[in-house]
Amino acid sequence: MSEYRHIEVNEVGDVTVVRFRDRKLIEDIRIQELGHELFSLVDAENRDKLLLNFSQVEFLSSSALGKLITLDKKMKTAGGAIKLSNIRPEIFEVFTITRLDRLFDIRDDEADALAAF
Amino acid sequence: MTSAGRAAKTRERCLMANEHWTWQTDQKIVSEAGAARGIQEELLRKMRAARWNRHECFAVRLAMEEAIVNAITHGNRYDTAKQVRIRCWLGPELVRIEVRDEGPGFDPADVPDPTDPERLQCPCGRGMMLMRHFMTRVEYDESGSTVVLEKRRAAGRAK
Repeated sequence: MSEYRHIEVNEVGDVTVVRFRDRKLIEDIRIQELGHELFSLVDAENRDKLLLNFSQVEFLSSSALGKLITLDKKMKTAGGAIKLSNIRPEIFEVFTITRLDRLFDIRDDEADALAAF
Repeated sequence: MTSAGRAAKTRERCLMANEHWTWQTDQKIVSEAGAARGIQEELLRKMRAARWNRHECFAVRLAMEEAIVNAITHGNRYDTAKQVRIRCWLGPELVRIEVRDEGPGFDPADVPDPTDPERLQCPCGRGMMLMRHFMTRVEYDESGSTVVLEKRRAAGRAK
């Protein structure tokens, strides 16, 4: 398994659970690196069930939303599924305002999300 | 400048004169991602010290981030010969941020709605919508190269 700088990757059954190491997902060199790491899970490692756990994330901007949308597209093309969980209220507001809560399957916590695959 | 533009400037000066600012800054940054991080962190530190709540701090951080990223990417197009001027004012009840780039400007009305189902999977174009949702006031000048963001503190906060 690859070593990642920005994410922690664990297996729970056949689901790949991803946690973010950065508390703030913002536009700088790190967001590009984060994007590459997330995309490699689908493109290079062929993982088809991804759960993104946002419990460590205190802030994200629209640049991070862009990476998540691209990841979602890649996953749908590959025939897999992504679920999001543990999103704090302010960040959930970002998803609802942009209507991305309709694009992504967002669950309260990791157990809910795992059960939904 | 048109008469409407002059009237807006005058109104702006009157509003500014009535506010009591406890902190302000006026800085220029190069057009590189992350170049404004110090200014952003300083404003957030001042807001937290003045006990602005978590949601208000999140809103200001997000709107400021979106405005600066837009100025660097869409305004100055990463041209390192161009700068972004960032001015911030913090008062007991109001925070005001002005972000000015050196690009050609744009018409905010031309920016498509990112929540249009046809555009929902487009990875860009959500910054302005987020600024408008999270801030009390978002206003562009006539050219579109300066944006003013304001957040008014919620009433009934804990002292």
